[in-house]
Amino acid sequence: MALSPSLFAAKFGITERDLESYLSEALSAGGDYADLYFEYLSTSSIGMDEGIVKSASESVSLGVGVRVIAGERTGYAYSDDLSPEKIRKAARVAALIARGPASIVKTGFREASKHNLYPMLTSPHEIGLAEKVDLVKRADAAARAYDVRVFQVLANYADSIREILVASSDGRLSFDRQPMARMGVAALAREDNGVPQQGYSGGGGRVTLDFFLNEKTPEYFAREAARQSIVQLSAVDAPAGESVVVLGPGWPGILLHEAVGHGLEADFNRKGVSAFTGRIGQQVASPLCTVIDDGTIAGYGGGSRRGSLNVDDEGVPTQKNVLIENGILRGYLQDTLSARLLQSSSTGSGRRESYQHIPMPRMTNTYMLAGQSDPEEIIRSVQKGIYCTTFGGGQVDITSGNFVFQATESYLIEDGKITRPVKGATLIGNGPEALKYVSMVGNDLQLDEGIGICGKEGQSVPVGVGIPTVKIDKMTVGGTAA
Amino acid sequence: MSQLLDIAVNAARRAMELGATGAECTLSEGEEFSASVRMRDVENLKQAGSRAAGIRVLVGNLTGSSRTSDLTPQGIEKMIRGALDLARITTPDPHAGLPDPSELGRIDEAVLHLYDDSVLHMETEWKIAQAMKAEEAALSADPRIGNSEGASFDSYIGSRAFANSLGFAGEYRSTSCGLSVVPVAKQNGSMERDYWHTAAREASRLESPEEVGRRAAERALRRLNPRKVPTQKVPVIFEPRTARMLLGDLFDAVNGGAIYRHASFLAGKLGEKIASDALTVIDDATLPGLFGSSPFDDEGVRSRRTVVIERGVLKSYLLNTYTARKLGLKTTGNASRGLAGNAGVGPGNFYVEAGARSEADLIAGMRQGLYVTELIGASANTVTGDYSSGAAGLWIENGQLAYPVSEITIAGNLKQMLMNLEQVGANLEFRSSMASPSLVIAEMTISGQ
Repeated sequence: MALSPSLFAAKFGITERDLESYLSEALSAGGDYADLYFEYLSTSSIGMDEGIVKSASESVSLGVGVRVIAGERTGYAYSDDLSPEKIRKAARVAALIARGPASIVKTGFREASKHNLYPMLTSPHEIGLAEKVDLVKRADAAARAYDVRVFQVLANYADSIREILVASSDGRLSFDRQPMARMGVAALAREDNGVPQQGYSGGGGRVTLDFFLNEKTPEYFAREAARQSIVQLSAVDAPAGESVVVLGPGWPGILLHEAVGHGLEADFNRKGVSAFTGRIGQQVASPLCTVIDDGTIAGYGGGSRRGSLNVDDEGVPTQKNVLIENGILRGYLQDTLSARLLQSSSTGSGRRESYQHIPMPRMTNTYMLAGQSDPEEIIRSVQKGIYCTTFGGGQVDITSGNFVFQATESYLIEDGKITRPVKGATLIGNGPEALKYVSMVGNDLQLDEGIGICGKEGQSVPVGVGIPTVKIDKMTVGGTAA
Repeated sequence: MSQLLDIAVNAARRAMELGATGAECTLSEGEEFSASVRMRDVENLKQAGSRAAGIRVLVGNLTGSSRTSDLTPQGIEKMIRGALDLARITTPDPHAGLPDPSELGRIDEAVLHLYDDSVLHMETEWKIAQAMKAEEAALSADPRIGNSEGASFDSYIGSRAFANSLGFAGEYRSTSCGLSVVPVAKQNGSMERDYWHTAAREASRLESPEEVGRRAAERALRRLNPRKVPTQKVPVIFEPRTARMLLGDLFDAVNGGAIYRHASFLAGKLGEKIASDALTVIDDATLPGLFGSSPFDDEGVRSRRTVVIERGVLKSYLLNTYTARKLGLKTTGNASRGLAGNAGVGPGNFYVEAGARSEADLIAGMRQGLYVTELIGASANTVTGDYSSGAAGLWIENGQLAYPVSEITIAGNLKQMLMNLEQVGANLEFRSSMASPSLVIAEMTISGQ
């Protein structure tokens, strides 16, 4: 019995027959497709501030979302009560979207194939609380020990385990158990009684606490946060205007997420509202650029990258999708609905924040393949420009294609050398144009540390990004210095 | 007493039986509805209800929190025990605790008018029709509007109950409904979108769908064929939508949590002149029918009006019980949290008091400058005040809105921007819990070509 390993069968006694009957209810007024998404989410978090463990909290939530698709229409309802009456009621509400005779639900499920990217032996909740507290205490101590000028430290640790079960009217059945853990450290530093400056670092992935003992320790993140706060103490005003921009490897890959990733989500393209609509096969970046969205990256601390998933939130196995190949736009990120309407297939990109949300096409881990250039050679090639190594967030207007991302650690490049640190500044560009100015791509691809959260239409999902050192010949830098 | 409040009161009592020295329990229940239409057809219909509970316990100076969606007696018992277990792993914090009992209380719900039956009685067909009409008004406004990201009508009916071990027990219901539309305008290879949105606690206070559609279309159209202006320093007018975002950055800087950590450029500035005379900022959770109003805050402290900045002088931070104790001050009734966890600080209705001049007048008075209609990826460093944001808007030449601009950034420092605030418009409208009329800043750096 395919269902038996699932928590929903074990704890709530849900059988395949139940699933079929709920799906029949959902299609009782017609419709092309229906699915059920059961979710159990358990989270815990611990926070330290001013050297005191001030907060410790945990949360449990549970529910099921029922979706009915009829053409381009979607009906959705959910319940946080898994009793058969409540699930049936949700199914009847979702069914209101369709108006016709009942559609047939295929009987007999086949379990979808899936990856095994995070074969966790221990659930985050089998780990002692004392060990979690120890992590934040170590981070606090390490940040303070880094430099006497560090005077405030916030450190937190959070983990979760999500169990999902997806059953669809076309007979697909998937379940998955998805761990997630993350640490974050923020430090404030100041000279005597001068103006404070802040630094932030964090990371994690679909890993468990062991990751922070063996791979990336609390000290690693703490020192990085403290280092950034100290660097900022000597920062000068960022330049204003167009400039050569060199992005360091790793998290600066947020450029790709904003500049091209969102604009390639299939929902925007099927509606014709993206700046990339109708551009498949066209040159949208320099030939040095190949951009991938890959939900299957494993081999990371016994688990996987933050954006990786065995199956997406529609039960479809994730895959490695080529978005841009040598500068040519190759494909969109598809969920089930867009794939149906565009006569394409899902790229394993259907994601949702929780059972309370309708899935849509989303990114997983988005990165650019490494090129040939030595990163030092890239810096040496720049007469005047800025080198950005750390970013805050970013945002895009997918219709005009304009996007921004916020540099939080940057340096001036003068005569081929990295000189003074500059203050935070927003960088702005236009998606289909910006990557055409990429003139050098480093051989040093790095993925980020695992802190990304992507927001779209009010739904947040964890994502990853990555990039090698990249030189962009022209981009607008939003500083204040002439 | 409702079932929700009953659970809250009993959970707080039960936590004390199990060894807590203080407890506060929050429950919420809500029904959400949303209908979206796109290109004259229904796209999504969503409807559902949910309930959840959260508790925070104190054991001496230790605190723990837990949240659950399982409201059965067993689920609540597990939540309480979970919070107590967690409290035992924290370290003592001398400032942790419940509010001073004298601060607890509430404003009369009937006066606040946060709930209106009209939202309960709205028919699904009517709600869909509102979205349809709004989109139609946008689509038919101009031939250059041939596409749309759709229109949606949302409504929410909720209840929130709160009880603590000091004997406070209170609950309130609230409603909201809103209509928005996002048309896409296209001309000569330029494609731009914009939106308009109306929201209220009762259906009769919404702007008409025709008005919402018309304004959204007008906004999208005026963005077409934008230019990228040269890098320069000019005066900037923030329209209410973008001024409100700037006000959000100011809120972060008067938030007691940032103050006691020395993580705000306004720390230690109480009583000092931090802005021009033109600026008066109020936080008031007692204004009837508005989104930032509530009878009591998320710690059971009575809602009130606080003058934050008066004619440029910083009069008060915004505080909950904890941040107030850290600073040796009194809470301002701004405790905010989901259901569990230590309370943070949130706004009531946080707004800039209106000035005398109309926005048209402010524009007419400017020889050259930028009228900002969109901020994208705004980044304000609360610690230092450094500010840099992507922007789009209209260029002002000789007192006229001359042409659209985009793919530029605006930058400055909030400290100087507050001092350089030249004018405040008369156009104050409350569309969410933060509201500002148009603001004129004497000079900011524009990065463009």
